[in-house]
Amino acid sequence: MNLAGFSANFTYVVTTLLLVIGLYGMIGKRNLIKKLIGLSVFQTAIFLFYIHGAVQPGGTVPVWDARFATAAQYINPLPHVLILTAIVVSVATTGVALALTVAIYRRYGTLDETALLQRMKRDS
Amino acid sequence: MEFVLASRPLLAVLVSLLAAILIVVCGRWPNLREGWTLLAAVTKFGLVFSLLGDVLGGRTPGVTLFEVSPGIALALRVDALGISFALSASLLWILTSVYSIGYMRSLGEEHQTRYFASFAICLSSTIGIAFAANLLTFIIFYEMLTIATYPLVVHKGTPEALASGQKYLVYLLTGGGALLLAVAWVRNIAPTLDFQPGGILPAATGATELALLLILFVVGVGVKAGLMPLHSWLPAAMVAPTPVSALLHAVAVVKAGVFGLARVTGFVFGADMLQRSGAINPVAALAAATILLASLLAMAQDNLKRRLAYSTIGHLSYIVLGIVLVTPDAWRGGLFHIVTHAAMKITLFFCAGAIYAKTHRENISELDGIGKQMPVTLGAFGVASLGLAGVPPLGGFLSKWFLAGGTLAAEQPALLAVLIISGLLNAAYLFPIVYRAFFRHSDQFTKFAEASPLMVVPLCLTTLLSVGLGIFPDAFFKWFSLANETAISVLQVAVK
Amino acid sequence: MTHIPVLIPAPLLLAAFLVPLAGMLHQGLVPAVALAGSAAAAAFAVLGLRKVIAEGPLHYELGNWPPPVGIEYILDPLSAFMAVVVTVTGFLSLVYFRPSARHEIPDRFVTGHAVALLLLAGLSGMVVTGDLFNLFVFLEIASLSAYALVAIGDKQAPVAAFRYLILGSLGGSFYVLGVGFLYFATGSLNMADVAERLAPIYHSRAVIAAAVLIAVAMALKMALFPLHLWLPDAYTYAPSAVAGLIAPIMTKVAAYVLIRVFLGVFQPSFAIDHIPLLPAISWLAAGGIIFGSVMAIAQQDLRRMLAYSSVSQIAYVGLGLGMANPLGLVGALLHVANHAFMKACLFFVAGSLRYRTGSVGISDLAGMGRKMPWTFAAFTVAALSMIGIPPAAGFFSKWYLLLGALEVGNGWFVAAILLSSLLNAAYFFRVLENLYAKAGGKEDESRVAEAPASMLMPTLLLAVGILVLGLLNSLIVTEMLMPVASGMYRR
Repeated sequence: MNLAGFSANFTYVVTTLLLVIGLYGMIGKRNLIKKLIGLSVFQTAIFLFYIHGAVQPGGTVPVWDARFATAAQYINPLPHVLILTAIVVSVATTGVALALTVAIYRRYGTLDETALLQRMKRDS
Repeated sequence: MEFVLASRPLLAVLVSLLAAILIVVCGRWPNLREGWTLLAAVTKFGLVFSLLGDVLGGRTPGVTLFEVSPGIALALRVDALGISFALSASLLWILTSVYSIGYMRSLGEEHQTRYFASFAICLSSTIGIAFAANLLTFIIFYEMLTIATYPLVVHKGTPEALASGQKYLVYLLTGGGALLLAVAWVRNIAPTLDFQPGGILPAATGATELALLLILFVVGVGVKAGLMPLHSWLPAAMVAPTPVSALLHAVAVVKAGVFGLARVTGFVFGADMLQRSGAINPVAALAAATILLASLLAMAQDNLKRRLAYSTIGHLSYIVLGIVLVTPDAWRGGLFHIVTHAAMKITLFFCAGAIYAKTHRENISELDGIGKQMPVTLGAFGVASLGLAGVPPLGGFLSKWFLAGGTLAAEQPALLAVLIISGLLNAAYLFPIVYRAFFRHSDQFTKFAEASPLMVVPLCLTTLLSVGLGIFPDAFFKWFSLANETAISVLQVAVK
Repeated sequence: MTHIPVLIPAPLLLAAFLVPLAGMLHQGLVPAVALAGSAAAAAFAVLGLRKVIAEGPLHYELGNWPPPVGIEYILDPLSAFMAVVVTVTGFLSLVYFRPSARHEIPDRFVTGHAVALLLLAGLSGMVVTGDLFNLFVFLEIASLSAYALVAIGDKQAPVAAFRYLILGSLGGSFYVLGVGFLYFATGSLNMADVAERLAPIYHSRAVIAAAVLIAVAMALKMALFPLHLWLPDAYTYAPSAVAGLIAPIMTKVAAYVLIRVFLGVFQPSFAIDHIPLLPAISWLAAGGIIFGSVMAIAQQDLRRMLAYSSVSQIAYVGLGLGMANPLGLVGALLHVANHAFMKACLFFVAGSLRYRTGSVGISDLAGMGRKMPWTFAAFTVAALSMIGIPPAAGFFSKWYLLLGALEVGNGWFVAAILLSSLLNAAYFFRVLENLYAKAGGKEDESRVAEAPASMLMPTLLLAVGILVLGLLNSLIVTEMLMPVASGMYRR
């Protein structure tokens, strides 16, 4: 892969890298907070992916301006809007998850998944 | 045949469902509760009987309710085959109800409300099976019957009863699954699911497909019919109260199996397709093996009810044999045997129950000399035993006579031999009981003390029926003519 | 333009915001507001369904922006059917929610109602929306509500909820990633528009990646074996009121999304020829049917048994979809309705049992059949239906699925369907045996009363509903499902 090809695909490479890191955090890590960090990384990677898709080389901000007559001259605003929504969702998810970890820690005194599963089994 | 719209078939099905509800509602007042049972039994029989005239007049009363699957309606039709089964089941339900009351009360059984309610639902399902106009309606009632019988099998709640219940479910639900698959398969290849004399399968169906289908059907209905090796739930189910064994496990449930086989072979396959499937001989061989093995196993049982259960397994296979041979005489004999065996076997079970209710004995080895105490019961037992062994002039002789004719017409002399040997084996496992009862002496049974008249009267009546069927096969509700008519319509042969 | 499509989620959303206000005034007002909102949604759904059958699909343009630019809400036979299932079952669940929540989670009574309404709003929104990204938003509304609701249950509930959250969010993220691929490939988010633009570019790798991502996402959300890991704990430790709300409908809506995407947005042939997603789903489902049933047999806790049974039952829907023929789809959709009623009924009974005895162990059930006769009569009906005994509804889903499996000529599917009904019998009859045949143990003298009327009524209603659904299935199939199924496969 030459340098030009790499720079064109740069965002995709980073996105993929982040997705994998996030996935590993969610599934591979035993600590609940680390899982949560993994989830956030994963979601951020998706935001990046959308935003990259909106890029229009040489395009301007999507506010109507008579000097730019064709749509191709503007950055695509829709992915930004979508991602704004997705960020809200992601923040809400993180909030709920943090509240859950607080509740879990209060009840079990640990955030280690293996230990938690053992103690859950003991409780039931 | 002319179709007449009639609500009586539907009412005949529904009356005992309604009774089941009333029984549950009136559970606290036993006399009222049993009143509903008796009223429903008599009404049901009346309704079924009122349809007999139509059927004998060449009409098929029926009703189509509503579709339960696109193009397939929940529908009832009353033809000769159906009404013959329905008549025997509903007539014997009246007697069994009376007997049940005596039996359950004299033993002080628990959960009587559940018992009578389940019984009523069983009878609704049985009549539904008899009158079902298509395969889907048939399987709906067939599965209902399976489930409604379960509470009766586990009635006692003992570990043994529960184990038998599990066994019962495993066998019967597996059979139900096979039947469902078979029905779905037919739906896939045939233009209709409506029963028609002579069959509904398209002529183009290949032999392998036919054979597979027949196997599925035979497993599906054969499990209720106690066809070996699918039989072992039946002896286990003898843990149920005796009236259940008498009506359900000698008449309604198991006969629903052989009845189903008749429906399937005669009204789904038809004689030609059956021949083409190449499965006649294997099934006939299976039935013959069942007849012999069951009789041998019966001999090994000391528990009276289990011995009778094995005997039932053997006799059901008489009917199976008659049906799969698809000759007119075999069908006449087989279908008539549904009725005669019902009358005789219910008598035997009634006797076993009367003995148990009075003496709490279930084992044959403990019955020495009991004829002195319960001469009427044991006398009835003797008469019914003679009938089962095929001694003329009892009912059993007549059906066996035609079956024998059927085997000859099918050019299967080996099967004739099976029938004859089985007759001897029948005698060998039933007569010793009578012998012990009357000719062995015992100090335990000295005084005359019969069970409650609620039990003795029904068993005398069924004995009379067994004798009467042999002497006047058509006197009671034209059962023989019905069998004959079915054989003719299915096999499309001229009257002999 | 008719407003009906938007009027299905709207009252639920409105009620969700009104409930906390009502709770500030007086707690007694809360259930009234919740039920009013839910009843309105159900009424509009039923009205919509009738209108759809009579006049054809209803379209609603959100904010008067015409599609494909604006978001479009569509009520076609499929979404109308789903909307009725979701809102009617949801309404009954809310009726049951009040007494159960008051008993089990009294300090979360108001918030519980509000979040439950949000959940229903999310689910009904997913059903009516015609926009892929809007679907994600509703999906997350429903999912977040579900995590929160599960978490207010037993001691173990937050852990179960957290695991549910991680896997659920993973599913949601996969979905939104998949939608991103679709958007950049087609430039549209409107389902109908995307469908048109997709057809020429089926071979594109981006499109195939999108399909895989969406399939995995929804398989996670619907707990399709082997992605079901979040489900058993979540259903077991959730408050009874919540289990009765989530278990019947939540996973079904994810299954609906699969149907919508792979039979609607994509042509059915895509997920067979270009990438064998439907076959994969069907095989996993066949495995899940058996796995779930076997696991259910091994459970000692009634709720966990029901949870594993859900794993098995949702796989029925997956199987019907994966068979890729109209009869299979009819079976799948009918089973969505049937199972919603059955599972709601069963979880209601488990909740009522807990309400009266505090215990949900299967071995503690001895003799309960006579102590709570009506409750367990309903249980028996639902259990027989799960086994597939006619004329209960469950028999008929089995019937259509079997017809579908025979039509595609797959013996394994046939075997899975038939075997599963035996396995269902194994675990349900174990319960029934305890309920009726075994005498109660040392506690036999204890007097356990029948569940209160407010819990009993919805339970019995569902039991009757199961029988009615069974007897009238032909009406549903010919009027709604057959046209849906043949429509989707005709293209």
